[in-house]
Amino acid sequence: MARLDLQKISDTYYDVLKELGNIGAGNAMTALSQMLQCKIDMRVPQVQLLEFQDVGALMGGEEQIMVCVMLGVEGDITGSMMFMIEKKSAKHLINKVMMGYGEPGEDFSEMELSALNEVGNIITGAYLNALASMTNLRLQPSPPALTIDMAGAILSVPAIEFGIMGDKLLLIQSQFFDEIEIDGYFILIPDIDSYVRILSSLGLPVDGLLIEHDE
Amino acid sequence: MSEIIKVGMADLKVCKPPDGLTTLGLGSCVGVALRDPILKIGGLVHIMLPDSTAIRGSHNNPAKFADTGIEELIREMEMMGARRSRLTAKLAGGATMFAVATRSSDVGMIGDRNVKACKTILERMKIPILAENTGANYGRTVIFYPDSGDYHIRAVGKDVIII
Repeated sequence: MARLDLQKISDTYYDVLKELGNIGAGNAMTALSQMLQCKIDMRVPQVQLLEFQDVGALMGGEEQIMVCVMLGVEGDITGSMMFMIEKKSAKHLINKVMMGYGEPGEDFSEMELSALNEVGNIITGAYLNALASMTNLRLQPSPPALTIDMAGAILSVPAIEFGIMGDKLLLIQSQFFDEIEIDGYFILIPDIDSYVRILSSLGLPVDGLLIEHDE
Repeated sequence: MSEIIKVGMADLKVCKPPDGLTTLGLGSCVGVALRDPILKIGGLVHIMLPDSTAIRGSHNNPAKFADTGIEELIREMEMMGARRSRLTAKLAGGATMFAVATRSSDVGMIGDRNVKACKTILERMKIPILAENTGANYGRTVIFYPDSGDYHIRAVGKDVIII
């Protein structure tokens, strides 16, 4: 089976993947800002090829406490989709969703966690929908799973998935924020085989990017 | 001046006192700390996957796997003078970060499998495991001091544990 050689991906391909992240996250942001009734901005998405040892430092360091809603993606594209938001921002966000009726203090009630999970589900769903209609590929998200922990520990999960196939991690990251307190990320990590499918579905030639599998 | 040397994901480092070794935010990965108690040489490897032989694709990083990672760590410790026959081990990590498996693959159980693989390998090498703090569902930051052999484990909302 032919596989993508990560070293051969040129700037053009990075730009295409960035645009993909832009459209996906844009759609997700629209969903989020409708839900919150406020304006949400996002930064230019980043497509990063990382050594595993640098993965933890992706967002404010390995020990930054984040709330993460993660979905597995199955179908024509397989991979992981993550919605990560810094703990304090998550509290702020969920308080907004619950019209100010959230629990006081730093921690989350059962109800708030469940609401966060659903918010994550809806907006990552919006992201994946945009991706599916742009690429004409079939995507099926799994039910969401939520955790609150150190960023490094959370990111080890998709890193391990990717580690089965190679020594580096390629991901599409979009950061979003509002004028006050919300600060979070979308991270799409297609499995390495799925990158080939994504790029070719968008009409890009991929032959030059492949390595023959000779084992 | 003592220094705490950082070990990244799929990475390994060795040191001597007064230095220490740390790895931040261990999730399903396992931090295997080895120590030669006579020379007080310490080593820490951050393992991502259980078995290098069960994997397709090209791999150039021995620290990624339990089998090659532990072997490589011992080799580097031996270069500093440590003796294989004296080594002792402590383990931390191997958590299951998400309660629901989001993928159909068996990666959901990877934390447990990583811990199990490390134990099997250490047993085969006749390296005694003095203590462990593994499993459960939370991430850990660890610091290993080869001088005392103390392995400090910190988690979100929990007290520091020393094993």
